[in-house]
Amino acid sequence: MSKHLTLSVNGRSLTVPEGTVLAVALAEAGVTQFRRSVKGQARGPLCGMGICFECSVTIDGKLHQRSCQTLCQEGMEVTTDE
Amino acid sequence: MSDTTKHFDIVIVGAGPAGMAAAVAASQSHRSVAVIESNPWTGGQLWRRPDAAATPRAGRHWHARFKACKAHLITEASVGDSIAPGHLLVETPASAFNLFYDRLIMAVGAREQFMPFPGWTLPNVFGAGGLQLLAKSGWPLQGKRVVVAGSGPLLLAVGAQLRKRGARVLCIAEQTSLKHLVRFGLTLPRLGPSKLWQALVCQSQLLGVPYRTGYWPIQAHGTDRLEGVTLRRANGATWNVTCDMLGCAFGMVPNLELARLLGCDIEQGTVRVDTWQKTSVNQVYCAGEPTGVGGMDRALIEGQIAGYAVTDQPDKARALFGPRQKTHDFTRVLNQGFALRDELRTLTTPDTIVCRCEDVTAAQLACCDDFRTARLYTRCGMGPCQGRNCSTATHTLYGWETEFSRPPVTPIRVRSLVDLSVEKE
Ligand SMILES: Cc1cc2nc3c(=O)[nH]c(=O)nc-3n(C[C@H](O)[C@H](O)[C@H](O)COP(=O)(O)OP(=O)(O)OC[C@H]3O[C@@H](n4cnc5c(N)ncnc54)[C@H](O)[C@@H]3O)c2cc1C
Ligand code: FES
Repeated sequence: MSKHLTLSVNGRSLTVPEGTVLAVALAEAGVTQFRRSVKGQARGPLCGMGICFECSVTIDGKLHQRSCQTLCQEGMEVTTDE
Repeated sequence: MSDTTKHFDIVIVGAGPAGMAAAVAASQSHRSVAVIESNPWTGGQLWRRPDAAATPRAGRHWHARFKACKAHLITEASVGDSIAPGHLLVETPASAFNLFYDRLIMAVGAREQFMPFPGWTLPNVFGAGGLQLLAKSGWPLQGKRVVVAGSGPLLLAVGAQLRKRGARVLCIAEQTSLKHLVRFGLTLPRLGPSKLWQALVCQSQLLGVPYRTGYWPIQAHGTDRLEGVTLRRANGATWNVTCDMLGCAFGMVPNLELARLLGCDIEQGTVRVDTWQKTSVNQVYCAGEPTGVGGMDRALIEGQIAGYAVTDQPDKARALFGPRQKTHDFTRVLNQGFALRDELRTLTTPDTIVCRCEDVTAAQLACCDDFRTARLYTRCGMGPCQGRNCSTATHTLYGWETEFSRPPVTPIRVRSLVDLSVEKE
């Protein structure tokens, strides 16, 4: 069986298999609004390959991290819709 | 040599099909070879998950060869800058280092071209290729109603993949007219078996999915997420489809930032190379999508040619010139067959956002003459994507040329630039 790890998404804990891409984990958790644009519009992933920055979230206090390029880590704290 | 300085005879940037093939070829010499890849994984856009059973045979084959070759792989490492010939500044999550090379192969691939239209910024509107990449990583699709729209064979590949992963593909809308497609279909068999095979596989997996030719998306609807899309045809008729996800594909554009940074000649949006895949800059070679978007076969062949060329194995390189020509012919047919119709350039309304990072609208850009003024007055292209999306969009919409790239090639931590001073040992 593959190993699992637990992260926190907007304060709620989420358990995913090791090797899960963060953007996918967020979608599984029901997140559609990954970030707010400068005018406050809801945005979510567009390119899936690290180019557009529309999947940006806050990871462990670091702003603007591309969730489509990030693998989930044990204990990671993620905030969306910022 | 210090921790912040590394040297390899051959450095390859990008571990997609082209970069992996280049590494395999170059490793058949006595030179030291390093591969720099910004993703945590190898395989580029096509083969993201080397171990997954879903990865096609070619992908498993090349991953095995790549693993067995002696090239030194550095993942999660992006080229940020180059301040002298033979030098790259490479950044990893933890640190940055100076990388010196004797010869460089750029195998940095392409990205999707996005066309702005009303509603295209809503969550759950994706690039079709982007949606496919996310799907390969496990994006939840079970029972989701999906429309795939735009142009090119990618639509079919994406539609088939999504369906395999449980999505309900409501329709595939191809903007090209049937007349054009027939011409493309007729020329296909002459262009090599693997392409044809690919097309047939898609067809059988798409049984029952409507393939509508001469349709294109004009508006995505929804408030905080996608709820539906309006498609249009040349005679003006429109068709509303309620859906959960929309994947749009309007072609690919080569990643040219690194080539520009290094000063390589670029012609008609592609890196100019000679028969050995060498660019206009000494010691710098290029393979795969940046020389012309042409798919996996082309990327693999050009990668090998470049890998042999940089390690002085000309005979092995020469043996691949014929197969390369075939893939170039195929590229030409694709480009002609799936040229975008002019109507797609007039979909924006005044309040349609063109630059997604800075929320710059079409109305704001209407007051500008070129990309430079737009940047100055509207902040278009100043956000984190550094204009990667809006520069191609404004090129297609308004014919604007961009003077990209300004370094860094990818946003880089200021500390990395400050910490490192370049000293060749
Ligand atoms: C979104 C998308 C979906 C696609 N879907 C299909 C499909 O279904 N079927 C099909 O036949 N073809 C598909 N293609 C085309 C196919 O991916 C390409 O033909 C093939 O991957 C080209 O190989 P490549 O090595 O030239 O480029 P890529 O596969 O794009 O590889 C380039 C690599 O370089 C890395 N890189 C780029 N810049 C840097 C940098 N500065 N520093 C470090 N690393 C860098 C990238 O992360 C990437 O891994 C798709 C392409 C895209 C973009
Ligand atoms: S979806 Fe574009 S950067 Fe992540």
